[in-house]
Amino acid sequence: MNRTVDRLWSLFFLMVPVLGVGVFVWAMADIYPMQGHWLPENVDEQGGIIDGLFLFILALTGIIFVGTGVALFVFLWRYAASVRSESVAYTHGSHTLEVVWSIIPAATLLFIAIYQMNAWADAKLRRPSVVIDGKREPRPPIAEVTGRQFEWRIRYAGADGAVGTKDDLFTVNELRLPANEEIVLSIKTEDVLHSFFLPNLRIKQDVVPGMKQLVWFRPTRTGSYDIVCAELCGWGHYKMRGRLELMTREAFDAWYRVEFAQQETSSFEPPAAE
Amino acid sequence: MSSIAVDAPGDRRAGDSAPTFGQFVSTYVFSKDHKIIGLQFLFSTLIWFLIGGLLALGIRWQLAYPWSTMPVLGPLLFSEEGGQISPEFYTTLFTMHATVMIFFVIIPILAGAFGNYLIPLMIGADDMAFPTLNMLSYWFMWPAFVLISASFFTPPYGAGAGWTSYPTLASIPQASPGSFHAQTLWLMGITFVGVSSMMGSVNYLTTIIQMRAPGMTMFRLPLTIWGMFITAILQAFALPVLTAAGFMQLTDRLFGTGFFTPEHWVVNNGVPVSGGGQTLLWQHLFWFYSHPAVYIMILPAMGMVSDMLACFARKPIFGYKPMVYSISGIAGLGFIVWGHHMFVSGMNPILGMTFMVSTMMIALPSAVKVFNWLGTLWGGRIRFTTPMLFALSFVSMFVIGGLSGIFMAATPVDMFIHDTYFIVAHFHYVLFGGTAMAVFGAVYFWFPKMFGRMMNEPLGKLHFVLTFIFLNGTFYTMHILGAVGFPRRLADPYPYQTFEHLRPMNVFMTWCAIGMVTTQVLFVVNFFVSIFAGPRVGRNPWGANSLEWMAPSPPGHGNFDFQPIVYRGPYEYGSPEVDTDNYPQTQPPPSGGSSDERRSH
Repeated sequence: MNRTVDRLWSLFFLMVPVLGVGVFVWAMADIYPMQGHWLPENVDEQGGIIDGLFLFILALTGIIFVGTGVALFVFLWRYAASVRSESVAYTHGSHTLEVVWSIIPAATLLFIAIYQMNAWADAKLRRPSVVIDGKREPRPPIAEVTGRQFEWRIRYAGADGAVGTKDDLFTVNELRLPANEEIVLSIKTEDVLHSFFLPNLRIKQDVVPGMKQLVWFRPTRTGSYDIVCAELCGWGHYKMRGRLELMTREAFDAWYRVEFAQQETSSFEPPAAE
Repeated sequence: MSSIAVDAPGDRRAGDSAPTFGQFVSTYVFSKDHKIIGLQFLFSTLIWFLIGGLLALGIRWQLAYPWSTMPVLGPLLFSEEGGQISPEFYTTLFTMHATVMIFFVIIPILAGAFGNYLIPLMIGADDMAFPTLNMLSYWFMWPAFVLISASFFTPPYGAGAGWTSYPTLASIPQASPGSFHAQTLWLMGITFVGVSSMMGSVNYLTTIIQMRAPGMTMFRLPLTIWGMFITAILQAFALPVLTAAGFMQLTDRLFGTGFFTPEHWVVNNGVPVSGGGQTLLWQHLFWFYSHPAVYIMILPAMGMVSDMLACFARKPIFGYKPMVYSISGIAGLGFIVWGHHMFVSGMNPILGMTFMVSTMMIALPSAVKVFNWLGTLWGGRIRFTTPMLFALSFVSMFVIGGLSGIFMAATPVDMFIHDTYFIVAHFHYVLFGGTAMAVFGAVYFWFPKMFGRMMNEPLGKLHFVLTFIFLNGTFYTMHILGAVGFPRRLADPYPYQTFEHLRPMNVFMTWCAIGMVTTQVLFVVNFFVSIFAGPRVGRNPWGANSLEWMAPSPPGHGNFDFQPIVYRGPYEYGSPEVDTDNYPQTQPPPSGGSSDERRSH
């Protein structure tokens, strides 16, 4: 009786690695009811590297998770009081083992740390450049995105490439960008902290009062995606939703011309004098 | 400390006939006895645990059934909104859930309740070094209780800037008009918690350093005490920073000092703030405390789990010194990893790289601890008692919480999963799957010492099984949501195209959470019925080694009815020196001398 109960407890703990891996496999395999319960579609060049890192760490931690989970099960199964008649292994530890299981994780963790640095530098330090008059210059932002309670205000630099000039185009919550080009955005806030989150481009950057941030990416396809605010910004945080429209260069230029012409046209017509 | 007046509860009942009101108050209310103070902390924190759990159900309800009438509580709380949770109230709910769980439950239940109760008993002292300071550390929690409750009920809505209270949302009143006074009250409440913890930590440090029984060297201390000791150091050095930061934010709100606001900052058509400050400064100061606080919330639990594992595996702890060094290593590294909360905050990306490396390295001592716990189980004779099951589940759940941390430590991956449900899964595995499970185990384990009676085992096991299943149903699925990028703190995430299909999984999680809270009824019933009707036990019902089990159950004022003298470490189970499978720290060795000296490594 006791033996059976102890066996059941061991099996209970075995369920952790079994179901733990199972749920992830289920979600990754896109099977009912978990369709679409995995990394959302990636439309950025760098995004693939981030997804790759995610999966690499998942595999590595998965091995340790299964390893420790199974070891726990085996020890509970073999060393339950009801199944074991001999006396306990009277030991206070093993110096060799301690060294082994310190050095191997240390080396692995250091490897992960170094391995990912390049992706981080690409995302945060190596701003795309552009050649102007034969000189390599940092690529100027195509638009400035300003977070405020509770919307994203967008201001395109226009033909002169500078924000704050007469040829700027204004939109709200609607960020249209050309695909297959290096994009640099300048982002800031007008009131409190917000976070500019593009799930499909694996981009997230807080905007901080008094600071200006740059984000850059290279969308690989056209389509319509979410802009999410990922930093608590007040009661309306949940509704601070923008749309990202990725278009071909031609479609983008055409849209820009029409939109800019409309912006510059007063729709108010004074009544004709009699 | 040497001659101890003992009045065991039996004696007291026989002696005095009816205690006067004054005696009752000084014994049970304004008591200076560390055990009474520990129990006061335990009862207060358990009540807050229930409140925090109910707040969580409010959050879960909204995520499963957005804008629908919440059953039972809804019409009661928000009659004017027709019983539905408003977005303002939703921010208040998650702010309060975190505040209550962190500041009123986990920190005080570990350091306040178990630290107070166990430290003098486990080191062989008659009380804390500063009993009056100890009493004050409990009573300073009460202004905090009152202020935070007042903040919750201050109309129109309570504090809603999150438990992290980031400026400028938190520091400029116009930024969240719904929490005008509430946020101020919240900051004052947190300051009181800080003062209380500070008084506790000074006391614990002094007691552990100065008042150990003869023979109790530092390396003969139970790991529980090591966990408490290192935690006290963390609190003593990190807390002043939070307290200072809290005062700065308070003056920002009340006097417009602008420590955390840039020059002439205008929010919501308010008055321009005469700033000149830095918004990121708050985050640095806050996390300089709150990251070590994460270890304050886990190290004592790790210690208690080590004690339970060794006791019920009937075997010495595997690698005692590596365990001590890894606790110290976690604490040391814990001071230089705070920046990993700020990878996407706008902090210098190169600084982010350094924090990434130190954060990766802090996984190492945690891994060493897990391997040593497994080593402790290896070759033992494992008894599946209720405390043991909770201790085992700590190991199992802490592995998940530890491993998921590596994803966030990887800076490029963090860009995607920062502030999503992946991080929510991570810290709930560490704090609920880890610490809360260890606390449940510790309550079952030390209950006989506290009340002289056992808790019901079958009911305890049922409580364990249901809690364990529901906890995984609620929190494991959060990893999957996080992988989709599902953001936290959104009152209604479903209008987003990316997240619109995730509601069924949230419904599943909500019902698991409801199950989890409901299951705690079993614990409450078991706890209170056992205080009065549990089977009486002697001093050492589990056959353990450490000093507290040598004192009467429950110990009287002054703790020990003899002078404890310590001959060895607390984990000598299955020692070949004696015929019994336990070998208490106070039992003189058969041939004189101490066991440690003759043991070869």
